[in-house]
Amino acid sequence: MATATAAQPASRGTRPNAAGAGPFALLAAPLGWMLVFYLMPLGILLAHAFWSVDYLTIDRTFTLKNLQTVATNSLYPTVILRTFLMASAVTLTSIAIAFPLAYFLAKKVTARRELLLMMVVFPLWSSYLVRAFAWKTILGANGILNSFLLWTGLIDQPITAFLYSKTGMYITFCHVWLPFMILPLYTVLDRLPNSLLEASADLGSSGWQTFRRVIWPLSIPGVMAGSLSVFSLTMGDYITPSLIGGSPGTELIGGIVADQFGIANNWPLGAALILPVLAIVIVFLLVANRFGALGRSEP
Amino acid sequence: MNLANELPLPRPRRRRGPRNSGLTAAAVAVYLFLYLPLVVVVLYSFSATKVNAWPIEGYTLDWYRELLQDGDIWESLRFSVFVGLCASGVAVVLGAMTAYALDRFRFRGKTVVRFAVGLPIVLPGIVTGVALLTFFSSTLGWQLSARTIVIGHVTFCITLVVNSVAARLSQLPRSLDEASADLGATPWRTFRRVTFPLVRPSIFAGAILAFTLSFDEIIVTFFLTGREKTLPLLIWGRLRRGISPEINAVATVIILVSLVLVVVANRVLRRSGQSLF
Repeated sequence: MATATAAQPASRGTRPNAAGAGPFALLAAPLGWMLVFYLMPLGILLAHAFWSVDYLTIDRTFTLKNLQTVATNSLYPTVILRTFLMASAVTLTSIAIAFPLAYFLAKKVTARRELLLMMVVFPLWSSYLVRAFAWKTILGANGILNSFLLWTGLIDQPITAFLYSKTGMYITFCHVWLPFMILPLYTVLDRLPNSLLEASADLGSSGWQTFRRVIWPLSIPGVMAGSLSVFSLTMGDYITPSLIGGSPGTELIGGIVADQFGIANNWPLGAALILPVLAIVIVFLLVANRFGALGRSEP
Repeated sequence: MNLANELPLPRPRRRRGPRNSGLTAAAVAVYLFLYLPLVVVVLYSFSATKVNAWPIEGYTLDWYRELLQDGDIWESLRFSVFVGLCASGVAVVLGAMTAYALDRFRFRGKTVVRFAVGLPIVLPGIVTGVALLTFFSSTLGWQLSARTIVIGHVTFCITLVVNSVAARLSQLPRSLDEASADLGATPWRTFRRVTFPLVRPSIFAGAILAFTLSFDEIIVTFFLTGREKTLPLLIWGRLRRGISPEINAVATVIILVSLVLVVVANRVLRRSGQSLF
């Protein structure tokens, strides 16, 4: 059994079977599922953006009213821009934080690498809600960070800017999504042959040159894959904005969409608000795909 | 031109010293950042005071005692486990079929299939949530219940199982299948006696991963929940009313359960020479 794993994909032998009825029989159920329970609902959701709500019923006459509201309302364009900037900042910060660790794990660690990798994965597996909530207890005016800083005498007034602020959300986002950035970066760096780094050093490159001319260009697929996850997760989140944001001027688009499908009960407007989010994420997805973030398309 | 002057002296292969220790320090700092919130939750679940503040004044097990007597928590825990088992069960079957078809067959539209299956993970969860909500409530006229939550969870769990199983299948040399066929086995017998036993650990690990994700999920679940609440949604509801130290105790239990599941999944995979990553 163990010997089988040593074989590389390149030495797998003959090509996969040419298509008969086999793949379609196998794929009928999963693709049917995705069609009925994902793609069709997505289509219906998008259609809602062009409908309207009449008290409690949906009026299915085509209208551009919702899109106009999204574009011209004083709040929505600001919130969408704020969400985009937040997602971009979180993504860039995550790259900066994750890269050294991923490089360390891929190139410097030999002993205990598996344990260290598991320690990266583990926070992903433990509840996102728990981790966001933890930041609330840390960042509050009477929270752990403030009372710790007071206790050490570094400050004599609690800092209120941590919680219910963009700063707080930024810190929380950087934390909760970080493993999504570390793992793809580790994967590309692990595949990067050491001989390339040695060759670069032998040719007289400084560490910085090697990073800029060799390591970084070859890491781009991993950077893009991680960025896509972090960016997309931040663009759609409404839990952290509600727990850690929650004051005027900190709303993100996810929270506003969630309200339209909840208390405000205006699904068509909610659907219209999702359109720019989807558009931004899909553009990012296409760009990331160009850089090889989604991996090889054919083995 | 003296080329020798242009070329630097050969350097030692692995440089030790200040640059490496800088990297190590950065790595340690990132681990601290990753684990600080988890440590805080666990630590304060034993704190005797109601306010989470530094320094901790005293230690108690009261919050765990409260937890044991909290009927709502147990009810939602039971519900979450039920949803997680259903969702991971369905996702494993559909995901394994997809992975097998993608790995073993050549056919038109494979890229599209791969893309479609990955979409629920790539697009924000809120999109899945509200799309399914409009579909169930408005198009189908269904009441929100365990059924709607399970369907939502299966949709994004399939991807995880596909990834886990496909990674394993791509490691298996095709010669195993061919040997089996040469020895006279039918394709079905080859699958049952050769391929399946080899991918079983990755299927199991995919199932655990799917269960954990379903168990923790809140973004999609929020829109698909009827009267019965999953554990994360119950906690979410309570958090909105204010922080109670009991939440720290629940959170600690959730962290412990996740830890056990990660270790089990990793053990299972390692026995077949794979790992979680």
